[in-house]
Amino acid sequence: MPEPLMRYLIWPLVKFLVAFLIVQVIVAAMNYIERRLLGLMQARLGPNRVGNEVFEKITPRSLHRFIPGGLLQIIADPIKFILKEDIVPSSSEKVAYFLGPMLPLIPAFLVFCLIPYGPPPTFVVTHVNVGLLLILALTSTGVYGIILGGWASNNKYSLMGGLRSAAQMVSYEVPFGLSIVGVLMLCGSFDLVRIINYQADHIWNLFPQLIAAFIFLVAMNAENNRTPFDLPEAESELVAGYHTEYSAMKFAFFMLAEYSSMIVNCCLMVSLFFGGWTLAINGYGLTTGVLRGWGLAGGILGAVIFISKVMLFMLMYIWFRATFPRFRFDQLMDLGWKWMIPLALANIAVTAVVVLLGLQFNFQGEVVLSIAGAAIIAFTLFLLLRPRAKVIHARRVSEA
Amino acid sequence: MSPALVVFLVIGTIAVASSILVVAMRNPVHSALFLLLTFLCVAILFVMKGAEFVGAVQVLVYAGGIMVLFLFVVMLINVRHLPDERVLSNFWKGGLLVGLAVFLLFFTMVRPGVFHDPVASDQALRTTYTYRHRKVHQPDGTVVRKLIRRGKVVGNSEAVGMALYTDYLVPFEVASLFLLVAMIGAIVIGKRELSAIEEENIPAYMLERSETEHEVKEAMSA
Repeated sequence: MPEPLMRYLIWPLVKFLVAFLIVQVIVAAMNYIERRLLGLMQARLGPNRVGNEVFEKITPRSLHRFIPGGLLQIIADPIKFILKEDIVPSSSEKVAYFLGPMLPLIPAFLVFCLIPYGPPPTFVVTHVNVGLLLILALTSTGVYGIILGGWASNNKYSLMGGLRSAAQMVSYEVPFGLSIVGVLMLCGSFDLVRIINYQADHIWNLFPQLIAAFIFLVAMNAENNRTPFDLPEAESELVAGYHTEYSAMKFAFFMLAEYSSMIVNCCLMVSLFFGGWTLAINGYGLTTGVLRGWGLAGGILGAVIFISKVMLFMLMYIWFRATFPRFRFDQLMDLGWKWMIPLALANIAVTAVVVLLGLQFNFQGEVVLSIAGAAIIAFTLFLLLRPRAKVIHARRVSEA
Repeated sequence: MSPALVVFLVIGTIAVASSILVVAMRNPVHSALFLLLTFLCVAILFVMKGAEFVGAVQVLVYAGGIMVLFLFVVMLINVRHLPDERVLSNFWKGGLLVGLAVFLLFFTMVRPGVFHDPVASDQALRTTYTYRHRKVHQPDGTVVRKLIRRGKVVGNSEAVGMALYTDYLVPFEVASLFLLVAMIGAIVIGKRELSAIEEENIPAYMLERSETEHEVKEAMSA
């Protein structure tokens, strides 16, 4: 086997497939985890039956109460999707109708070869010096599936869902991209590996870029059409929005693309603001160098740290879904254009000024920004936790 | 034939073919999709030239933003199929002449070296220039301060940034000013029509709702 072929084709392909399989297992498990967690948060059970008998037979009795109920739902759901009847509306635009669920899968899967999962070179599939920009470019094409699917179904609810998602995703892509600019100015690179190493050597970008991290969190929820921004599929207004006319595996493809891009956004969040696979501050702790020194074990430890952080943000998605009510469409647009974008621009201006002053007068800009970020956190905590006059609830008429 | 040349030929053929199909298709949505394919192919060609920043921005802006708005408008108008007409209009002879002239113009402008080697990474795309005053020893013994331009090969994104904010700052700012004017114009046109609608008649349910909101606010403050 010639060396360049191994280096540029075979190894990246193998790494990509391993990463892809792990991510797809997480996606399949997320469906079950989401339903169980939503059940927990809404004081009901959720799916708790499928596969209980199997596990009771193959495990000793003492372990039974530690196995969560309904684990085989993870396998039952995909089988159900494959076996269901595939209905194609007779008046649909056939080509676009079939392209709709397929197109978003391509960028959603392709992105996984650009994300660094652990210390390079073993755990980085492809090392691109504009990796972040390519990820943004690929994720921005994910909207086509929704638009095409909504239009091709020849159904007014689907069309409304498609239009809404087009407007929403185009508007929220702006704060999404702008919130990253501050990080780029601090780290001076589009390369995710360099951004992560920078954070290990200084401080997690969360602190100097607190506002950017907040904007990113909100915008990534909106980009994925998740509650409270799930207007394209608002069931009380649009039946199911753009995927009303889709059944069986085509519907599953939409879900697959959505959950995959959720994981991609969580990976971006972790890499940009939470130090990626490192657990270090100011160069002390588990930096890339330390992990590399431990060889393969260190690499796996880094990947485990990375995936745990990503899973925390996936749980946050579910938490948001259970907590916030849905926005009205004009509120959604107001929030995007009148609050998020000006806030992101102000953040860019402040960051640029501080970084330039730091270069001019030889101090570290991120220290000043971190102090400001910590002050914002402290002030918010003070507002939330300050002692307040006790609220005495009015008693009901019947009690009085 | 090198593998990169094969990729260039394949991608280039797809780009040209799909750009022809953009105008040949009778369904506007299909045209828009072929335009998307053209953009993606051109982005790949940019990356092959070593201009990965331009390639990524091409996908981000054109494929991710502008094409979505195109599709948005096409879907709003909801034209399923344009009437079948003759492919060539009456003006095809003049069009052909103009097309040939533009082609010749580009043909003479493209430097032969770059044109014949589509794969070679162009150094100019990844070089930034810095200007420094340096003392230069002349042959006659005097020392003169001269402005010296130094090129440094960096990544494409750095090169584009440095070019935009140093050598081409004024054209860049003028272009952004034009875009700002266009944006303000669009907002003014949109606003005027909106206020005209509002003056006509406000639906009764909206008035009711604002009254209830007012009442709720009063009750809350009391």
